[in-house]
Amino acid sequence: MNLLNSILVLLAVFLAVFWETAFSGIRNVFGAQIHLLPALMVCAALSTGLATTTLASVLGGLFFDSLSANPLGVSVLPLFLVGFAIHTQRELILRDQIFAQFVLGLSASGLVPILTALLILTKGEPPLLGWGSLWQWIVVTVGGGIATPICFQLLGMFDRMLNFQAATQTSFRHDREIRRGRK
Amino acid sequence: MIRHEPGTPNKKLETGLMFKRKHYIALALVTVTILVILNLPSRTAARLKTAIGSIFLPLFGLASSTHRVLDKAGDAITTRSELLRQNEALRLENQQLRMQALQAQEAVRENERLRRLVGWQQQKRWNLKLARVVLRDPANWWRTVQIDRGTKDGMRVDLPVLTTNGLVGRISAVSYDRSQVVLIGDPNCKVAAQIVNSSGDMGVIGSSGPFDGSLVEMTHLSKNAALQPGQDVITSGLGGIFPEGIPIGKVVDFRQVEYGLYTEARVKLAADLSALDEVWVLFK
Repeated sequence: MNLLNSILVLLAVFLAVFWETAFSGIRNVFGAQIHLLPALMVCAALSTGLATTTLASVLGGLFFDSLSANPLGVSVLPLFLVGFAIHTQRELILRDQIFAQFVLGLSASGLVPILTALLILTKGEPPLLGWGSLWQWIVVTVGGGIATPICFQLLGMFDRMLNFQAATQTSFRHDREIRRGRK
Repeated sequence: MIRHEPGTPNKKLETGLMFKRKHYIALALVTVTILVILNLPSRTAARLKTAIGSIFLPLFGLASSTHRVLDKAGDAITTRSELLRQNEALRLENQQLRMQALQAQEAVRENERLRRLVGWQQQKRWNLKLARVVLRDPANWWRTVQIDRGTKDGMRVDLPVLTTNGLVGRISAVSYDRSQVVLIGDPNCKVAAQIVNSSGDMGVIGSSGPFDGSLVEMTHLSKNAALQPGQDVITSGLGGIFPEGIPIGKVVDFRQVEYGLYTEARVKLAADLSALDEVWVLFK
């Protein structure tokens, strides 16, 4: 965990919001746009500190709401809660396992839209919800689940490209020296 | 004297407390910040939204130039025979439209002459401005788009937005160089509409389903409405936002609601809202 890692996560959040608004190919095919921010929150919570996770949720939520008809700030709390919950349990999670990443992404992507919709309804601005929303929720959840390991791979790749690599340990061990010949 | 080595239970307890305190501080900070932002006056929140959204402006410029480059690349690989075929089709369409325009001009002149004779107020001509759609709402529960025209181009809230096929929506928020358009079918876009039939039944176009945005509900129709599938639906001019006569779509089907007190119809929109690229903003 270092500054570069945090910058990468925040940059990814910015680009994810832009992608969601500018490219609607998935929306045209499946009838719903995939939400990448929950997947990135999983990455942030497992690979960076609490400050970066908090910053990613606040910035991501504000960016998302600024380009949407959502009331400003309504997406922040659900994103933060998901990131916060994962961050508190990070020691118990097998973060390098792709299946674990998928399940966490699936859960986060399923939870965030429900919490956001509840907050919007609480605010008194009824969004467009109906039986079709169930299909949209499935698309968003599965899409987020698939996107999470991809986000991990991409962030890891950029991290390896831009960061100093840890020096590899030598295989030579002083306590296992082979003595040749006879005494 | 008791010495605590690193990793002993007391040290672990201290670290645990610090860990929890840090978490509580973050949770409290975010909650307070969000409560403050959510309770901002609507004007301030709108300004803040515009300011944050403007961070993305360079990327939108980049995206539109990329689209243009891709379009040009697509044009470059079109064969000569295909271009000639398109050119011929467009030439024929142009001739037909010229003839229709001549007829329409004559009808307009006649209309103005008759209005003068009867003493009615003259109708204002539509003043249109072309705008490009730069982004779609990322949330699946709103139907809005943003266009590349703002207050610098004379945009203001509640101006109607349409395509050559029909009505698209109205402007709901404006910034210096961008405007948000709320599309028909969104819960925040209601349109006073009229069915083109003998009785001229009036109703209100409301929201669509969350999945299929091309079908919208037309409510508040009278129980005796003479509806038929395929009838045209246009704006009625009531409400003061949309001028009369803009095509909205066609009636697909209808049913009685509220124990037969009212009729509701489903309307297929004339404009394809999922493939909006360029739209016209109508200045009244």
